[in-house]
Amino acid sequence: MTGSYDILIVGIGGQGTILASNILGEACLIEGRHIKGAETHGMAQRGGSVESHIRIDGLYGPLIPPGQADLLVSFDLLEAVRYSHYLKNGGTAVVSRSLVLPTSVFTQKLTPPTEAELIAALKKNGLCIIDADRIATEAGSPLSQNVVMLGAASRWIPLRSESLLEAVKRLVPKKTIEINAKAFEMGRDAGGKN
Amino acid sequence: MERKYLLGNEAIAHACLEAGVDFVSGYPGTPSSEVIDTLRAQPERPYYLEWSVNEKVALENALAAAWCGVRAICTMKHVGLNVAADPLMTSAYTGVTGGLVILSADDPFAHSSQNEQDTRCYAHFARVPCLDPAGVQEAHDMIPAAFGLSEEFGLPVIFRPTTRICHSKGDVELGPVATTGPRKGDFHKDPRQYVVIPAHTRILHKKLNEKQPAIRKRLVEMGFNRCEIRGKTAIVASGIGATYVQELLPEGVSFMKIGAYPIDEEWLGEFVRKHEKVLVIEELAPEVEETVRQVAGTVAVFGKKNGFAPYEGELSPQAVAAIMAKAGFLKTSPFAPQEPVQNLPVRPPILCAGCLHRGTFYAIKKVFRDGIYPSDIGCYTLGLQLGVVDTTICMGASITVASGISHSGEIRDVVCTIGDSTFLHSGVQGLMNAVYNDANMTVVIVDNRITAMTGHQPNPNTGITACGVETPAVSLDAVCRACGATFVETVDSYDITGMVNVLSEAKKRKGVKVIIAKQMCVISARRAGVKRGRYTVDPDICTGCGTCVRFGCPAIEFADEKASINELCSGCAVCAQLCPAGAIIREGKK
Repeated sequence: MTGSYDILIVGIGGQGTILASNILGEACLIEGRHIKGAETHGMAQRGGSVESHIRIDGLYGPLIPPGQADLLVSFDLLEAVRYSHYLKNGGTAVVSRSLVLPTSVFTQKLTPPTEAELIAALKKNGLCIIDADRIATEAGSPLSQNVVMLGAASRWIPLRSESLLEAVKRLVPKKTIEINAKAFEMGRDAGGKN
Repeated sequence: MERKYLLGNEAIAHACLEAGVDFVSGYPGTPSSEVIDTLRAQPERPYYLEWSVNEKVALENALAAAWCGVRAICTMKHVGLNVAADPLMTSAYTGVTGGLVILSADDPFAHSSQNEQDTRCYAHFARVPCLDPAGVQEAHDMIPAAFGLSEEFGLPVIFRPTTRICHSKGDVELGPVATTGPRKGDFHKDPRQYVVIPAHTRILHKKLNEKQPAIRKRLVEMGFNRCEIRGKTAIVASGIGATYVQELLPEGVSFMKIGAYPIDEEWLGEFVRKHEKVLVIEELAPEVEETVRQVAGTVAVFGKKNGFAPYEGELSPQAVAAIMAKAGFLKTSPFAPQEPVQNLPVRPPILCAGCLHRGTFYAIKKVFRDGIYPSDIGCYTLGLQLGVVDTTICMGASITVASGISHSGEIRDVVCTIGDSTFLHSGVQGLMNAVYNDANMTVVIVDNRITAMTGHQPNPNTGITACGVETPAVSLDAVCRACGATFVETVDSYDITGMVNVLSEAKKRKGVKVIIAKQMCVISARRAGVKRGRYTVDPDICTGCGTCVRFGCPAIEFADEKASINELCSGCAVCAQLCPAGAIIREGKK
């Protein structure tokens, strides 16, 4: 209703959601567009479930209400399902085919959901599953999975892919620019195939 | 002018540079910590900067600097202001000459806190101005204004961002960094101002009260409190709530935005009485609402006091829409309720793989099976998941709660845990008191040499200042002995046998026993390049007994009746010491 394009990036503390948010922010600056965001900091980051709200062309608050996100980008299958109610009807989830079981599963002897069950739960909206680990490793480092995911998501994000790529180059550590640029391009290709 | 995508706290830090800040102090606390972390990371620092040992110490330092005429900012989280409340209340009497901004970051919804108190109530109580930003840009813009306001009225100014400001991001228009400074401190002796004996303080109190009407008017002139009349109904909102209201505001509804306190009642009353219905939207305490009700006369007021808005938690677009719909300001909420998928395994924050605290908790539970475990504020509060945290109330209260339980007549053993930074913050007084009054208890200082939870800030135990300069490290052992404790033992947190032995020894003795369980924070160790080999489970030896799984390390998984270790393993080797079958071995050693 405010005309913003709303992206929710979710994952597990330490997977690089904050860098992904910063890259989107930088790309917006490159294009001279407003952006608002909100993210998890502090103790909640210690291996916990984390979320980063991003509102491209956002003018008001940083939070996306449930049922309003245009795009859900998830670094983990379980987290994608946990936050899937944030997607609007007709929205899209771009999800890494990665499943880190929470320690609670082992300590409390829970029966964890399977990959197939989680993927089935995500199917009511647009869904793009990305083999981020494999693609990042091919690009040169498994640490570039967040940039692979951003590359895949760039198929839906209303920013020019050149702006995003330039933002990636500006924000990743100097030594890893080449790997991350490749990770972005390979992620973008993978996003296009779905 | 430059535009950058910044975290709220980074924007606030940049605004301090624009305001030409001379003196920075504070104690880390989520969500406030990144302000000083940003300022201490600047390549050039024309200002003095310190992480102080606690908030009271931080504020007294900053106050003194402001007495010397320089611009000072002191940062903390909301509960830190309780610790600093003593100097706060009287600093309003003494006033300041240089600008003093007290940043106290509130945490509605207690994302990372022990309560949801509202800093605006402190400002009201102390009778000092309070600025309450509605977004990242306004937070940035308010900082230079806060320094100016402080100098204009000779009063400390409280700046109160919330989690959704500190940890929000936005494209922020920045101003140029000040090139005037740094100012040099110059203390003018004036006992009537700075020595608050009764004869002086009575006069100072009167002067403080006399300043109030002019402050109220000035805050309206500055534009932080503003309004627009559009119809017969109105919404008055403050903080981030005002931003959510603007997103939803229907046509023909008047809007007043409150960003500063005290509110000019005359100005407010004039606005309110032009309407038939007024809805107040604000987070936490009904600070604005109470003032609106005082001036409303016969105008119908909707808010917390008549059940239209919650007293607790944080606002969100959907929460504000629901309040507006309930009070008749929207026909229905534009946000249909959405049910999350049920019965997913939870993923709460957890002690890291290789965290030094996990082994310590394991040993405590093993030795003191029926013990009572008071604990404190830090990463180790997560020991709750391991069943070794029975109480947490505020910084430093592990030791005092332990001595209180010990003196209450409770016969079970009391073993408390406290981090090094928390011990130095306000635990040491509790230890002195416990020894002095002969409590019967064991104190375990879980010493990782850093303030880890808030983002690895150094403390006096680290031996490095906030600016990275080496400094003599406090000896926790010497401090505890100086408090009068005679049983003070230091043990490696990864050495479970050693830990069990020293805890067993402490269990036998009377009085206050102190154990310093020491090891580097696993995150600091990784950053420092410490590499230990990973461990692995030999499936042929593993009996599937589950001992290692119950240890709760995120590196340990369990499937098909066998344990396994994933790539999170940091090589602490504690699980290898626990495995009764000896199935956990160093990788590559088989």
